[in-house]
Amino acid sequence: MDLLDGSLVTLADAVRDGTISALEVADATLARISAAGADATGTYLDVDAERTRAQARAVDDKRARGEALGALAGVPIGLKDALCTRDARTTCGSKILEGFRPPYDATAVARLRAADAVFTGKLNMDEFAMGSSNENSAYGPVKNPWDPTRVPGGSSGGSAVAVASGLAHATLGSDTGGSIRQPAALCGVVGLKPTYGRVSRYGLVAFASSLDQIGPFARDVRGAARVLEVIAGHDGHDATSVPRPVEDFVGACGRDPKGLRVGVPEEYLRAAGDSGLEPDVQASIEQALRALEGLGCTLVPIHMPHTRHAVATYYVVATAEASSNLARFDGVRYGVRVDPGRDLEAMYGATRDRGFGAEVKRRILLGTYVLSAGYYDAYYTKALKVRTLIRRDFEAAFAQCDVIAGPTSPQVAWPLGEKVDDPLKMYLADVFTLPASLAGVPGISVPAAPSKTGLPIGLQLVADAWQEARLLTLAHAFEQVSPAKGLRPSAIAR
Amino acid sequence: MSAAASNGFEPVIGLEVHAQLLTRTKQFCSCPTSFGAEPNTNVCPVCLGLPGALPVLNAEAVSMAVRTALALHCTIRERSIFARKNYFYPDLPKGYQISQFDLPFSEHGWLEIPDPASPEGTRRVGITRVHLEEDAGKNLHGVVLAEGRSVVDLNRAGTPLIEIVGEPELRSAADAVAYLKQLRDILVALGVNDGNLEEGSFRCDVNISVRPRGSSVLGTRVEIKNVNSFRHVQRAIEFETARLAAVVEAGERFGQHTRQWNDTEGSTVFLREKEGSDDYRYFPDPDLPPLVLESAWVEARRRELPELPADRRARLCSALKLSPYDAEVLTGHPRIAEFFDGVLATRPEDPVWAKRAANFVMTEVLADTRTHGLQASFPATPAQISAILELVDAGTLSGKQAKELYARVRGTPDDPASVAAAAGMVQMSDTALLEELCRKILESNPKQVAAYRGGKSGTLGFFVGHVMKETKGSANPAIVNELLRKLLAT
Repeated sequence: MDLLDGSLVTLADAVRDGTISALEVADATLARISAAGADATGTYLDVDAERTRAQARAVDDKRARGEALGALAGVPIGLKDALCTRDARTTCGSKILEGFRPPYDATAVARLRAADAVFTGKLNMDEFAMGSSNENSAYGPVKNPWDPTRVPGGSSGGSAVAVASGLAHATLGSDTGGSIRQPAALCGVVGLKPTYGRVSRYGLVAFASSLDQIGPFARDVRGAARVLEVIAGHDGHDATSVPRPVEDFVGACGRDPKGLRVGVPEEYLRAAGDSGLEPDVQASIEQALRALEGLGCTLVPIHMPHTRHAVATYYVVATAEASSNLARFDGVRYGVRVDPGRDLEAMYGATRDRGFGAEVKRRILLGTYVLSAGYYDAYYTKALKVRTLIRRDFEAAFAQCDVIAGPTSPQVAWPLGEKVDDPLKMYLADVFTLPASLAGVPGISVPAAPSKTGLPIGLQLVADAWQEARLLTLAHAFEQVSPAKGLRPSAIAR
Repeated sequence: MSAAASNGFEPVIGLEVHAQLLTRTKQFCSCPTSFGAEPNTNVCPVCLGLPGALPVLNAEAVSMAVRTALALHCTIRERSIFARKNYFYPDLPKGYQISQFDLPFSEHGWLEIPDPASPEGTRRVGITRVHLEEDAGKNLHGVVLAEGRSVVDLNRAGTPLIEIVGEPELRSAADAVAYLKQLRDILVALGVNDGNLEEGSFRCDVNISVRPRGSSVLGTRVEIKNVNSFRHVQRAIEFETARLAAVVEAGERFGQHTRQWNDTEGSTVFLREKEGSDDYRYFPDPDLPPLVLESAWVEARRRELPELPADRRARLCSALKLSPYDAEVLTGHPRIAEFFDGVLATRPEDPVWAKRAANFVMTEVLADTRTHGLQASFPATPAQISAILELVDAGTLSGKQAKELYARVRGTPDDPASVAAAAGMVQMSDTALLEELCRKILESNPKQVAAYRGGKSGTLGFFVGHVMKETKGSANPAIVNELLRKLLAT
């Protein structure tokens, strides 16, 4: 079915005008999921064909009644399992929430529903979104469709793979330090992290509240723009969501990027040794930069001097917030309870010991430590100060340029298991995505020329806060000239 | 005061009060705050601490909290921060309480307590800070369904609280009770709290240490948690002062710790150590932006403040010359204070009228007024009372007749003047008639007349009483007094 592999906007329009029914689209997608085998790919944690078909039928009924359909009519969309859904389990990739069914929808989920999207199911992820390879899921890893021996990136690994493999037309992920952009890069799809406050976090299981943002994965930039239009906008349930108008993001795709000043941070491409930037990635990004010049953009060398502190800063701020956010998983009200029958302390201890995986425990311990009396100022207060300096790097940069360009990830997808025993190495995989998260500014990863071995590489574009439209204009223009255009994983091609 | 405490030691006391705000909805969600609902029914994803749920601040709670802080003469911080206080407990759904820590919205206030030793009759006690936070749920042990286990009711979780931290400037149990009463009266007058200690909507923690009288060094402090009546506060402080004095005198060493008042035993018991265990890892709550209180908005709240009990008392005592006791009684409850103001309304600046009104309200009306929390039900309206007193003032009714009239109109909507007219209740002011009566009484009591004329002027009351008896209380006492004096003088 061509529509299934075509653009999201075309598909939604086809369902709206009745060229194809939502049920046909849903069935075709479910058939692919079934053919792929959930166990084989590890992509989905929860698929319920009847639930999906019922939702598709409701969209078709709505059309049959003569009602206008929403902007995502019949589009099969998968949801990262960190998003609360009232009709599906929400585990956040953790044993501690095994079988948990929230009584409510996340705001972003409710908005997708209202726009007549059809949910394919819940997608695998690193436990509580903590990881860069999706190997920290309590429900097993996800495999990269370009090479099943390699990781898909993380933490939104399932969300990236579902789109790359055609197991959903678009998906939602969440990005705390790169969890949308990095897996998008490693899986060859578009992944967008909006400005902090653009999309309501209500119903997103919190990892690090001051960093978490929900955003879309899609096959093309325009598709990501359409999903963003639906999920963005102020929400009275999230005090950090900002009342800004939702612009015409789809319209921004297709505008001429000519004249845009593209900042190229010296630190991103030069420090290949420090950041572990692979030569193939460097070459691909340099080629992409030339393509941007070809589109009429001006390249401006800029400096982001505090980039080198981003990893340390992030792992203090994010773990501090996580240590508190994850306190609610105590076995008292929901999720798993392990009760040795002695006393309250023993119940808490056993529940959290059995319920949480190693990486989550490591981060809770780190976060608890940095907030402890006597260490707070040395770690947490200092990290907040450095975070301010990183924000200022961006302010200074955006005085000179409109968009910052560079690699999304220093590496292509690495072999499964390669970094599981070396957390620090894993943390460094996020070195290019962390700064935008700490500054709260929007970033997008767009497929660039693949590596010599055919593995995807992402170009990261970052704009100033609330400048998603500008970001999408440039990303869309690049997408049209990118050597990655039209490439699909071999697994799908076969 | 017990022997040990008077034995050269004085207590240093500071109180922390947690008061539930009378908002319609909870602090960070739209669940109702009403009490008495089935367990775990006034709950939603936010106050249950479900994954993904987020807090949104209740503007009504902020407004009430700011009015309280202003009434306590606090300075308001323009930009304050909500912080998370992290600890595990089953009644705390998120594993942290949203509170304020190093940047509370208000601080540096005071309130006045009565102090007979000072020339003004009052003394200021410092308020360290007032901050906003949320209440926890309730753990219920070994009740229905539980069979020896514990269950949790989260209806109360997320109820708005203000914590009012007082300076350690109280020096006796009486001081502490006076402070609490003043504070409660203020909160109740503002309409932000129902002042109910027993039901836990106004809770008190006592911080206390002792030191040799005259010393300026602070001793090791203990905290007595959740003392839930004025009487318990009084007894707990008296007990603890004596206990600490004995411990200190015996040279025993002890660390900061928390104790509990056991009213049945009449003693405090050790609960837990403070040192080491209390690292709450406070940090700014990333889910809530800073609370910004612009000065124009704060000033608007200040203009909304009602007359507070202390100001009302001052007005009654100085402008209207009422006794401090009368003023205390008539301002202790906001509805009673309003009622009394209603009676004063026709002559707000007349001390004679005020005294008459105060006496009548205190002896007659308050005898059958019932209060419950912030509510009160009165047997008559202020307008009815004021109409009765007008009849007295005009000389139409005697005091005794006024009481009779009140008994008739009480619980009815009837107009006292009409009722008095219909019942023929008129004070006897006919001088000729009264003079004849007075003559008769003097003639039949020659011994008393001789005594009066011999210098026993107190005998006058004897004759007045007889006249009143003969007229069934309807004689005008002023005229009777004058007539008797005149007749006795001749």
